[in-house]
Amino acid sequence: MTMRIFIPRDAAAVAVGADDVALAFAQAASARGAAIEIVRTGSRGLCWLEPMVELSTAQGRIAFGPVTTSDVPALLDAMAGNGQHALRLGVTDEIPWLKRQTRLTFIRCGVVDPRSVDDYRAHGGYKGLERALTLTSDQILADVTTSGLRGRGGAGFPTGIKWKTVAQAIADRKYIVCNADEGDSGTFADRMIMEGDPFVVIEGMTIAGITVGATKGYIYIRSEYPHAVEAMNAAITAARRVGLLGKGIGGTKHEFDLEVRVGAGAYVCGEETSLLESLEGRRGIVRAKPPLPAHKGLFGRPSVINNVLSFAAIPFILDNGAKAYADFGMGRSRGTMPIQLAGNIKYGGLFETAFGVTLGELVDEIGGGTFTGREVRAVQVGGPLGAYFPRALFDTPFDYEAFAARDGLIGHGGIVVFDDTVDMVKQARFAMEFCAIESCGKCTPCRIGSTRGVETINKIINGERVAENLAVIEDLCNTMKFGSLCALGGFTPYPVMSALKHFREDFGGDLGPAPATLQAAE
Amino acid sequence: MTVGYEPWDKARGAEIIAEHAGLEGATLVILHALQEAFGYVPEPAIPMVAEALNLSRAEVHGVFTFYHDFRKQPAGRHVLKLCRAEACQAAGGDALAARAEAKLGVSLGNTTADERVTLEPIYCLGLCATAPSAMLDGRVIGRLDEARIDALVAEAQR
Repeated sequence: MTMRIFIPRDAAAVAVGADDVALAFAQAASARGAAIEIVRTGSRGLCWLEPMVELSTAQGRIAFGPVTTSDVPALLDAMAGNGQHALRLGVTDEIPWLKRQTRLTFIRCGVVDPRSVDDYRAHGGYKGLERALTLTSDQILADVTTSGLRGRGGAGFPTGIKWKTVAQAIADRKYIVCNADEGDSGTFADRMIMEGDPFVVIEGMTIAGITVGATKGYIYIRSEYPHAVEAMNAAITAARRVGLLGKGIGGTKHEFDLEVRVGAGAYVCGEETSLLESLEGRRGIVRAKPPLPAHKGLFGRPSVINNVLSFAAIPFILDNGAKAYADFGMGRSRGTMPIQLAGNIKYGGLFETAFGVTLGELVDEIGGGTFTGREVRAVQVGGPLGAYFPRALFDTPFDYEAFAARDGLIGHGGIVVFDDTVDMVKQARFAMEFCAIESCGKCTPCRIGSTRGVETINKIINGERVAENLAVIEDLCNTMKFGSLCALGGFTPYPVMSALKHFREDFGGDLGPAPATLQAAE
Repeated sequence: MTVGYEPWDKARGAEIIAEHAGLEGATLVILHALQEAFGYVPEPAIPMVAEALNLSRAEVHGVFTFYHDFRKQPAGRHVLKLCRAEACQAAGGDALAARAEAKLGVSLGNTTADERVTLEPIYCLGLCATAPSAMLDGRVIGRLDEARIDALVAEAQR
C-alpha cells in the first residue's frame, strides 16, 4: 500500500531543512522499493518541531519531528512497520499544543495541499462563497458586521463597517486590496496562511468583491516573502482554471479576478495609504486621511483594504454564521486571533485562540519561556511599533482594549520574547533607528524626530546629561505620537516609552521614578 | 543570485518594459523585472520607463530610490541577507551579524572587495519562531548559530 507522507513546504520549515528531508524520503523510498506519496503542505505552526513529518494512518495523521535527513531511513522503516521511533509525537491532532488551540482561520493550514483546489474543497473550502452567492449584499454585510470581526492588521477597525462604506459608494470601478505587507518582526501568520492555505484568502477576497461590487483585487505581498508569492500565484491560477476566479464565478453572473503585486522592501508600505501609493506605482508616501480608502482608495476608487487574516476569517463566518464566530472572544474583541510566539522562546509558532488568553499564559505556559533557559525579562507585543511589557504586566488579557489600557497594542498578534541579557536602552534606540530607516519622509515628527531620537539615546548611552536627555526623549515621543501622519511615527514612541517606563534601570544611574508627564505622553 | 544575469542591453530593456507597460500602476513591476533580468536597474533604463509610462524621469527616479530592494549597481556574486529585526535580535542575531561582518571584512550593506559577497540587513523574513534567520541568494536558513553562520559565509565566498 502506498504510504502518504506529509512534509511542509512552509518557508520556516524549509529554513530548517524540510526540502532536504523531502528529498531524503523520496531517495530512501526508491532505494527500498517502497511506494510513498509525498504531499507538501503548509506548516501546522509548531515551529520547534519543524521539519515535522506526518504519516496518514487509520487513526489519523501521526507526527514525527523535528526530522533531519539522517533520521529518514530509520523513520521510513518505523512508518512502514507502524513501529516506534524516538521522534514519534503521536496523533497530530492530539498534540496538546495544537489541541489547546481554537483553529477557525488556520484549520486547514498544514493539513491540505496548498496547490490543490480539490483538497481545499474536500476540507470544507468554498462553502462560505457558495452560501454568499445565495445572499444579497446586505445579508453578507449583516453577517460580517454581526461576527464582530475587526481588522487583523493591527488597527482593529470593524470590517463590516468598512465593507458597508464601499458597498454604498457609487463609482465606475471598485477594488479589493489585500495587505500582505507583513513587515512586523515577530509576525508570520500572513506568510503561513498564504503558503499553507492560499485559497482561504482568495475565497475571502472573492466574497468581499461580490459584496461591495468590485471585480478586481490585488494582493500586495512583501518581497521578503518569495514562497508566499509563489503559493498565491499558483493558487490564483488554479482557482481561475476551475471558474472560481474570473468571469461567471461558480456559474453565476459575478466576476472577480486577482493579481499579486510584490513590494520592494519598504516597511511603511504596510500602512494602507502608503500601500495604495505603491500599488499605483509611486513612492510609498503616506496619504493624509480623509479621504478614507473606502471612499477614495486605489486609483481614486472606493476600495476595501484589509489584512490577509481579515479576509481569511471571512469564509468561516459565511459558512458557519456570524454567531459561531462571535461566540469566541471577550469584550469588543470577538472571534479568534492567530497569535505568533517568536524570538527567544522554547515553543514558538502559530497559536490561534479566542481573545482573552493572558500574556503570561502565552509566554510561560504555551511558549514554555525562553529557549536559552534564562529568565524572561521583556516581551514586545505587536511588532516594532508595539510596547515592551515586563513580567509585572503578564496578567494582561489578549484583547485590543486591555492592551491599549496598558499603553500597548496587540497589533498583528506577534509576541517577541527576550531573556534577561537584553539591554532595553539598545532596544529603545533600535525602535528609533528603524523608524528613521523606514520613514517615508512626508511628515516632520517621524522623519526628523526619529533621527533626533537615535542621537539623543546615544547621548544617554554615553552618559551625557542623562536626566536632561531623558526629558528630551519624552518630549520627542510626545511630538511624534501626536504629530505624525501615520502609525510609523505615531507608534514608535510605544517601544521607546515602555522601555523607559518599565525598564528604567537600564537607562543608567539613579533617575528616580518616571515623571508624571510620561503618562500623558503615552 | 547574481550569477547568470544578462548584461545591460537597450533593446532587451525596451522589450521588458513593453511587456508590463500596460498594467495598472506598472512602475514597480517594471523595475522588478529589469532587476531580475540584469541584476540591477541600469541608469539608462530610467528614462525609458518614464517614456513608456508617460511619467517624468524624476518621478521614476524617485520611485527607484525610495525602495530598498532596487539596486543602482550589480551586487556581489552572492547576496547574504541577515535578518536584523527584533525577533532575531532576541535570539542572538546581533553577535552572529558581527561575526559575519568580521569574517567577510565588510559591514552590513556592503560588498567584499573581490565582489564575491554582498552582505545586507533585512528587516524580517517572517521566520521569527526559528530565529535567527538569513537568506542566501533566495534560500532561507533558520536557527542560525556560530557553526551555521560560518558555513553560510564560507558557501557565499566560494
